[in-house]
Amino acid sequence: MSFPWANEYKPANGLTQWLDEKLPLPRFVYNAVGAGYPVPRNLNYMWNFGVLAGFCLVLQIVTGVILAMHYAANAGVAFDSVEHIMRDVNWGWMLRYAHANGASAFFVVVYLHIFRGFFYSSYKAPREMIWLLGVVIFLLMMATAFMGYVLPWGQMSFWGAKVITGLFGAIPVVGEPLQVWLLGGYAPDNAALNRFFSLHFLLPFVIAGVIILHIWALHIPGSSNPTGVEVKSESDTVPFHPYYTAKDGFGLGVFLLIYCAVLFFAPNMLGHPDNYIPANPLSTPAHIVPEWYFWPFYAILRAFTADFFFIPAKLMGVLAMFSAILVWFFLPWLDTSPVRSGHYRPLFRKFFWILLIDVAVLGYCGGAPAAEPYVMISQIASMYYFLHFLVILPLVSSIEKPEPLPFSITEAVLGKDESAVLNANPAAA
Amino acid sequence: MAEQASIDTSAQAEEGVRRRDFINIAAVSFAGVGGAAVLVPLVSQMAPSADVLAQSSTEIDISAIQPGQAIKAVFRKQPVFIRNLTPEEIAAAEKVDVSSLRDPQSLEERTKEGKTNWLITMGVCTHLGCVPLGAGEGEVKGEFGGYFCPCHGSSYDTAARIRKGPAPKNLEVPEYAFTSDTVVKIG
Repeated sequence: MSFPWANEYKPANGLTQWLDEKLPLPRFVYNAVGAGYPVPRNLNYMWNFGVLAGFCLVLQIVTGVILAMHYAANAGVAFDSVEHIMRDVNWGWMLRYAHANGASAFFVVVYLHIFRGFFYSSYKAPREMIWLLGVVIFLLMMATAFMGYVLPWGQMSFWGAKVITGLFGAIPVVGEPLQVWLLGGYAPDNAALNRFFSLHFLLPFVIAGVIILHIWALHIPGSSNPTGVEVKSESDTVPFHPYYTAKDGFGLGVFLLIYCAVLFFAPNMLGHPDNYIPANPLSTPAHIVPEWYFWPFYAILRAFTADFFFIPAKLMGVLAMFSAILVWFFLPWLDTSPVRSGHYRPLFRKFFWILLIDVAVLGYCGGAPAAEPYVMISQIASMYYFLHFLVILPLVSSIEKPEPLPFSITEAVLGKDESAVLNANPAAA
Repeated sequence: MAEQASIDTSAQAEEGVRRRDFINIAAVSFAGVGGAAVLVPLVSQMAPSADVLAQSSTEIDISAIQPGQAIKAVFRKQPVFIRNLTPEEIAAAEKVDVSSLRDPQSLEERTKEGKTNWLITMGVCTHLGCVPLGAGEGEVKGEFGGYFCPCHGSSYDTAARIRKGPAPKNLEVPEYAFTSDTVVKIG
C-alpha cells in the first residue's frame, strides 16, 4: 500500500517497459525505496539508522563471504587460519578487522534504531508487526554474532562458547542432554566449531529475509515520524528519493568516517587480547566477558546469585536474561498511551532517559568482574529494567497528561496550514 | 470421463466419508509421517559422533601423586582433577554438617570405599563451566581449601563441594574405577 498521491513508476525506455511487463522489479524498487514511496517530511536523523543497519548487513555479508574463502573451520587449524588471514592473505588484515568491527558497528546502529523506537513509540498500532519482526531480527543478530565470535578459536571464543551453551544446561531435566546435543560433544570442539561456522554463514541470509518482511510491514502504514501524528495529506510527505536517499547518504558518510577511524586506528579497541591466545580447554582466562554489545544482558544473567524458592539461581539468571529481550515483544500492549512521540509525553520522556542510563549501568557492570559492588549494582539495575517495562510503562500511560499534539505534520513543520485542514476533513465540509 | 464425473456426483450426494476424503487423509498422513521420519537423522546428526563417544574412557596412573598434591587429567576433552587428600583435608571435609550444604553429600559418597583419600572430580565449575583453580601447584584454593573458580567466585571445599558463590552443585564425580592400586579408569 501507499498513499494515493505516491508517484507512479513510468518506464523510461523500451527496455525498461519490456522488463516492467515481464518482471516489474524496477517498479518494486521504485515503490520501496525510490520516488514512489512518500515519507513524512519531518524525519530527523534518528530515522537514518534503519538504512545504516541495512548497510551494515551488506558489509558483513560481503566481508564475511570473503573471509570464509580463507578460513578453515577445524579446531586444529582455525586459529592458525585466522592468523594466516591476518598475515598472509592480501588485504586479509583489513577484511578481518572490517568484519570484526563491522559487527560492533552493526550493533551500535541497531541499538540506536531500537532506542529511536522506544522514544517515539514506533511499536504502537498500526506498526506492531514491524516492531515484532525487528525484535526477531535482533535475536537472530545476537545468535549470529555469538557464533561468529567463536570461529577464531581463541581463549575467549572457546570459553564464550562454553559459558553460553552452559546456559542451556540450566534448563531443568533436558538441560544437560540439550547442551551435549548443541555442542555435539561434552565440551566445545570440532563438531561445535563446524556447526557454528555453518550457522554463522546461514543466519545473515535469514536476517536478510526477515528484513524484507520488516520493510514490507513498514510500507503498509508507511514510516512513523517525530510528531507521532499520522500522515494526513500530500503536504505531509516528500518522496523517499531524492529527499531521504540524500539524507541517508549524508548519514552514511558520517557513519563511515567513524567506522573507518576505528577500523584503521583502533581495530582492537573493542576486542579482547585473550582471544589472541589459542583455545585451551584446560585453562580458563581470569576474566571472561562477552563482546560489549552483550554486556547489559550478561549483567542481568549474573545478577541472580541466590536461589529463588525452588528455582536455582543459575536458571533464574538465564530466564531473566532471555526475558529482558522477550519483554520487548509485549511492548506494543504494555504502553497503552494513545500518544506516540516522547516529545509530547513529559513523564514518559523522563523515564525513557532513566531507562537509557539504567541500560548503560547494566552494560558497565556486565563488562566488569563479578565482584562487589558490581553485583549489587547490577541487581538493582536489573530490577529497575523489568520494573520499567512491566510497571512504570503501563502506569505512566494511564496517569500521564500528554502535551497538545500538532494538527498535522505540515503544521508541526510550517505552522498552521489551511489546506491541510481542508484536505483532512472532507466530511466536515 | 463422463462416467468418472457421474460417479463423483453420486458419491457426493451420499452422506458420510467419501472415497476422496479417505484418499486425502491417507495421503497427507503418509506424507506427514514420512516427513517427520526425515527429521530423525536431521536432528540426530547434531548429537556426539562415534569418535567423540569413543573418547569416553581414560586410564590414568596416579602412583606419583603425593598426599596434598593434585593433577589435571583430560576426560572427554574436559579437565578432571585427581587429588590425593591429606589426613587433615579428610578431617576438614568430614567435620562439616552435611545437611547444611547446598548440595548435601558426604566425602564417603564422593569417593570409593577404602580410598577416601582419592578425590576424583571433573574440573568443570557447575555454574557456567569454567575450570576452577586449586589443582595446579601454587594455585589459589579458595577459603574452603578445595577449589576456587575465578570466573564468578564459587568456592569448593576439600571434598569439592560447593560452599560459597553462584554454582548450584558440587563438582561432578565422574564414573570411575580403580583397575589397580595405581591406575584409575575414568568413564
